Amino acid sequence: MSKSLKALAGLAVVAAMTLPLAQAGAEHKPGHKAAKEAAKEAKAKAPAAPVKLGLGRPALPEEIAAWDIDVRPDGQGLPPGRGTAREGDALFQEKCSTCHGEFGEGVGRYPVLSGGHGTLKADRPDKTIGSYWPDATTVYDYVRHAMPFGNARSLSNDEIYALTAYLLNMNDVIKDQDFELNQDNLAKVKMPNADGFYEDDRDVAEKSFWKKDPCMKNCGPAPKVIGRAIAIDVTPDDKAGPKVD
Amino acid sequence: MSEKPKSDVLDRRRFLGAAGLGAAGLAGAGAMLPSLAKAGPAPTPDPAITEIQDWNRYLGDGVDRRPYGVPSKFEKDVIRRDVSWLTASPESSVNFTPLHALDGIITPSGVCFERHHGGIAEIDPAQHRLMIHGLVDTPLVFTMDDIKRMPRINKIYFLECAANSGMEWRGAQLNGCQFTHGMIHNVMYTGVTLKTLLEQAGVKSNAKWLLLEGADSAGMDRSLPLEKALDDVMIAYAMNGEALRPENGYPLRAVIPGWQGNLWVKWLRRIEVGDMPWQTREETSKYTDLMPDGRARKYTFVMDAKSVITSPSPQAPLKHKGRNVLTGIAWSGRGTVKRVDVSMDGGRNWVEARIDGPVLNKSIVRFYVDFDWNGEELMLQSRAIDETGYVQPTKAELRKIRGVNSVYHNNGIQTWLVHPDGVTENVEIA
Repeated sequence: MSKSLKALAGLAVVAAMTLPLAQAGAEHKPGHKAAKEAAKEAKAKAPAAPVKLGLGRPALPEEIAAWDIDVRPDGQGLPPGRGTAREGDALFQEKCSTCHGEFGEGVGRYPVLSGGHGTLKADRPDKTIGSYWPDATTVYDYVRHAMPFGNARSLSNDEIYALTAYLLNMNDVIKDQDFELNQDNLAKVKMPNADGFYEDDRDVAEKSFWKKDPCMKNCGPAPKVIGRAIAIDVTPDDKAGPKVD
Repeated sequence: MSEKPKSDVLDRRRFLGAAGLGAAGLAGAGAMLPSLAKAGPAPTPDPAITEIQDWNRYLGDGVDRRPYGVPSKFEKDVIRRDVSWLTASPESSVNFTPLHALDGIITPSGVCFERHHGGIAEIDPAQHRLMIHGLVDTPLVFTMDDIKRMPRINKIYFLECAANSGMEWRGAQLNGCQFTHGMIHNVMYTGVTLKTLLEQAGVKSNAKWLLLEGADSAGMDRSLPLEKALDDVMIAYAMNGEALRPENGYPLRAVIPGWQGNLWVKWLRRIEVGDMPWQTREETSKYTDLMPDGRARKYTFVMDAKSVITSPSPQAPLKHKGRNVLTGIAWSGRGTVKRVDVSMDGGRNWVEARIDGPVLNKSIVRFYVDFDWNGEELMLQSRAIDETGYVQPTKAELRKIRGVNSVYHNNGIQTWLVHPDGVTENVEIA
């Protein structure tokens, strides 16, 4: 990472130098060989100097504020506001429970938001906010971006704090129904599965998949069928496909 | 199923492959075309030839009737299909590319699989904006016209959903490569490099990550390492020569070569530059891979080498004895596909398939095995090998490391069981 960053920073400097030189060379064709060579050399060192194309315009602060609604684990992006689980309960019943159930238990195939604690090693794990999600800020960020399903961006900042508090309360992360969740303390909430994730390690953990000479002939005993999709029979019928006119 | 006929087929195949012979070599190898060899009743003339057909007599449609053409009505089954029980709503769901009926390496735009989280955003391009802000010298706003005035590139890449084949972790479940492997498409994109866009704003030296966000009702957002962004990420407005389809992100989408489809943010409207990942829902709750010890991998971006035989397959059974064409696709997010092996006996013996057509970096390749089939049972498998030396693993090898609850990144070898009547099914073998 640091290498490419340095390269990027370097490119800006090179561009500032290269362009005027190249132009000068073009204007006075003979007698500027040295300048041309220098420009060539600089170009060779930085094969893709950034070019300012003069396209686009500066973004205004109001425009950035309107679209920049993301929230990071360190709290960057959290807006001013507050809410409690008690306040969130009423909101949740009104705006969320049709799909997610009164306590976040999920209706039909809609996502389960609570419970499942300690099931991550089970045969059928229950991955909820409380049992799985590493960061409380993600609850705020996601609700703010995408919920309620079908009416996104309709909640106020306070409402999202209250709903986040309710969801954390349903998951026993916040015990007190009247605890006020706000801009200053949401990022400090420690989630039960905060340490449950690690970065992609396939290069190491699956090193055995890089094989020099995979077996081509007489590779083990003759296999037997141990499972069949048609025994489960959940594939849509070809005739049941969408109509195309 | 006896051992001998299978190895005979394989041996003949190996011979044909080694000698570089096509159909002409077949007779030399001692095979006979059954339709010619059969003795029977005197042949009757074929009415498809002896009777004048409508299309041979009457005028067809004029050039003014099909301003934007669609496939022949006889191809009406070559369509995307969905599996309604998979998800709670069709707006946050997925459908599948009809791989079994396609050939070559380019997926026709109209059947490229779809995956939305808040339905298809229908965006007026005149009202679409792309904003770049955060750790930049100058936060900028671009119109579509601005972006189309920038230097363009054309690239062919596969886009595979991280969940492709995810329903098969616990065993054979869906009967057809459209359903088991159809969350993938491969098209030519036209657009600009993300590097070009970032250079306009000027990325600050402490920048490490970008947030990409869509304009749809899901506000899809993902964190992308800056290193990848500057390497080969492009921002595309065209696919297969024309504007993106609405369901594929019209008017603007991210193209993240070799990486899981979820990162390819559609209806892209905002890029924020930062110094750490955002841990959005799509990289914490989703697109993290639960392992047997109860912990989970995160940022599993790359899609590993994978392949599937698209015909024969459950939706494309064998219909003829004698000469047949086996075909399939292979791909790798780590680079180009170097080789594809095919087995007809469930992985005991392998032959190298013939790759035909363009072999491109992080693109689908097309492979073939031309073979004879005498009606014996077959257990078909394909195995991709990429330029890094990665060999597509079996499902058992994957499960040994990952268990069955990792949801995503199932690139295990697929087995099709071909019955003596040609019917082909999705099976697990051991």
